[in-house]
Amino acid sequence: MSALATHGIGIDFGGVRAVDDVSFSVKRGEIFAIIGPNGAGKNTLFNMISGLYQAPRGKVMLEGRDVTNLPAHVLAQRGLSRTFQNLQVFFRMTALENVMVGRHLHENRNVLAHLFRLPSVVAQNRASRKRAEGLLALVGLSEIGHRPAGELPYGALKRLEIARALAAEPKVLLLDEPAAGCNAVETAEVDAVIQKIAAQGITVILVEHDMKLVMKISNRIHVLDQGRTLAEGTAAEVRSNPAVVAAYLGAHAGGEAANAGR
Amino acid sequence: MQSFWRTYGIVLIVAAVVVALPFAVTSSFYLRIGALVFIFSLAVLGINLLMGFAGQVSLGHAGFFGIGAYAVAVLPTHFAVPSWIALIVGVIVAGLLAFVIGRPILKLKGHYLAVATLGMGILIAMVFTNEARFTGGPDGMPVPRLELFGWRVRGSEAWYWISGVTLVLAALLAVNLIDSPTGRALRAIHDSEVASRVLGIDVARYKLIAFVLSAIYAAIAGAYLALFDGLVTPATAGFLRSIEFVTMAVLGGLGSIFGSIVGAALLTILPQMLTVFHDYEHIALGAIMIVFMIFLRAGIVPSLASLFRRSPS
Amino acid sequence: MPEFLQFTFSGLTVGAIYALVALGFTLIYNASDVINFAQGEFVMIGGMVTFFAVAAGIPLPVAALIALVTAVIVGVLLHQLAIEPAKGASPVTLIIITIGASIFLRGVAAVVFDKNYHSYPAFLGSEPIRIGGATILPQSLIVLSGTLAIVIALWALSTKTMIGKAMTATAANRLAARLAGINTAAIVGISFAISAAIGAIGGILVTPITLTNYEVGTLLALKGFAAAMLGGMGNPLGAVVGGLIVGLLETYGAGYISSAYKDAVAFLVILGVLFVMPQGLFGKASIERV
Repeated sequence: MSALATHGIGIDFGGVRAVDDVSFSVKRGEIFAIIGPNGAGKNTLFNMISGLYQAPRGKVMLEGRDVTNLPAHVLAQRGLSRTFQNLQVFFRMTALENVMVGRHLHENRNVLAHLFRLPSVVAQNRASRKRAEGLLALVGLSEIGHRPAGELPYGALKRLEIARALAAEPKVLLLDEPAAGCNAVETAEVDAVIQKIAAQGITVILVEHDMKLVMKISNRIHVLDQGRTLAEGTAAEVRSNPAVVAAYLGAHAGGEAANAGR
Repeated sequence: MQSFWRTYGIVLIVAAVVVALPFAVTSSFYLRIGALVFIFSLAVLGINLLMGFAGQVSLGHAGFFGIGAYAVAVLPTHFAVPSWIALIVGVIVAGLLAFVIGRPILKLKGHYLAVATLGMGILIAMVFTNEARFTGGPDGMPVPRLELFGWRVRGSEAWYWISGVTLVLAALLAVNLIDSPTGRALRAIHDSEVASRVLGIDVARYKLIAFVLSAIYAAIAGAYLALFDGLVTPATAGFLRSIEFVTMAVLGGLGSIFGSIVGAALLTILPQMLTVFHDYEHIALGAIMIVFMIFLRAGIVPSLASLFRRSPS
Repeated sequence: MPEFLQFTFSGLTVGAIYALVALGFTLIYNASDVINFAQGEFVMIGGMVTFFAVAAGIPLPVAALIALVTAVIVGVLLHQLAIEPAKGASPVTLIIITIGASIFLRGVAAVVFDKNYHSYPAFLGSEPIRIGGATILPQSLIVLSGTLAIVIALWALSTKTMIGKAMTATAANRLAARLAGINTAAIVGISFAISAAIGAIGGILVTPITLTNYEVGTLLALKGFAAAMLGGMGNPLGAVVGGLIVGLLETYGAGYISSAYKDAVAFLVILGVLFVMPQGLFGKASIERV
């Protein structure tokens, strides 16, 4: 059974087919990358899978169950989590609190207990805090847990979002351009984090532009162009696919793709 | 232990102020002002939970305030219900109304939400004005005094303590809420609804919780004011009162519990001190709103706090 | 039937004023995304200043002109002193500012003028005209034709003049307009000035029928907002149609159902529109893009 699969999913924006009949199936524990030139529809696809956009066409299956068009918070309950390309960080909360929010699904939600600060709530807060601290350590942000997220540099925020998404204990994690805007050092850190996550058995689906990273860590790659599937396969297969090279990288840059990941 | 002070420090400060003030001032005029400040602080604290923490705006909360006020007027007068039961009924009605209206209304955002709540508040005030048979119409009606165990509760000193203790309890509950999964969810929703959803937070449910809680706080405050004053008029639930609440919250600082009290204190004490300038009250209120939103958007308490934080030490 | 016609005439008349307020909202909203709650105060200024000028002995046409100029000055000051300094603030902050401005202006009016209701003589006499078994005041016809003239003038302005086209461009995409060399801050200021003028004219024309008072601005702003929402926020044609519909619904409601809750109609319209079709009659639905 696949961890996540789409069947003929599609959506239009004002007459333009932003995503058109896209189907793929991600195996458990895989690192699966979705790539494509700007405007290929990767972001839109992510938003449909994670329940932020309603998909008028097609289906999304999570662990074999149809989850098409379920609201995002229900998908989270089913084990789906994600980060955001344009950083949806809780800027007014500290880094630690950001990750603690990720624990929400595993916390007691009785408002009355919270109002009266019953001992169970105190214990809960402590447990969530410990978990959050552990995750901050995983992504290398232990030192800055107490600082307001609004003060943190861009690279740190990207890793913070990953820690927060992991706090929900997802089965499938969607990473939306985790290395965007990162320098070589930061990208290597992201690389290491993703490997650690996959090692825990979590299925990772990422949208990414950094070709070196993608070719290096992905088990399989799905290529989109103008909303449609162009190709799918291993890094080696995709790299040498002439249609992919032409559409994505441009005829002149074919050499760059062939060299990436070596 | 350090966390205890950080969490409860504010509540203790508020309690200290409540207890200490009567020793500093003995005139019942000042105790009356104190009672009024505590009562309005209670309503503003509720608004702060909604606006400062959950990030939702309401320009109609005087409606819930009015429901509490009119409950303790109408029920004892026309239906021989004891005042303390009427208070509880008023709070329940306000909470239920907030629950029913809240679901559809909180789907709206930004200025649409603002105007919808505005409309809601005005409609409630209109009912109070028009159903004169029960409510006494535009001139309002007298409110029978609260009787507890045979003791007629009246006078500035009694209400000073009642409202002060209630405020401390309300602040305690608010502080508890903030440092809890619900509080974190509300603050998360304020900063990014999208991210909150994706982390499994049922945004609609939490907005509704904040809305209902704030309505309950407002209703209790309204009932207290009516019982204290002995009189209630439709202006209690009116548009101007709703705006005053929001201004108090914003003035003191959204997201700051202490700010709720500072804001309420400022806008309660100033008119009392400037009774000579009663005609200029609206001019002053309007000017304050404009100036603060332009220059001190964060509010007094957070601005002062960041000033201290930024100074090198 | 005559009763229905009567209500229709009254409804259209008061609806025309709501339409003017709604148009003012729309102009400012399109240029700056600001919902100007002080919009109703322009109508109040139009009526109140005219009355007090006439009471001071100034001939009516001149008094009306003074009122118009006063309103425009207030509109420009409002933009310069309250809106422009708060650029980039959240919608709620801006709402609080414009509400504050509305309260401020009301307070000033109460102090500078007084709290009584006032009126001045109708322009063409007050002899009702009989049409189809119902009567309509000449002043009502003036209100309706004045509104029509304003709508036509605005349409001509926006399509035939450079300023109008600059306003349309600013409304469509502020950044692009700025990059094209348009002084968008000035355009916003102009939209405030025009909205003030429109509101003031409405106030000047309708006072002989409805009287004026320092407080009329508040309810007018809210009803005008209801009309703008009903028509589709940002759509000028929608504003006018919305205004007329709200006026008609209000009058029919007062006549056939209950006059005590007359003012509630506009709010019920607001709530209804927000819940059922938030984009209004002529607006477009939008998706929030992440």
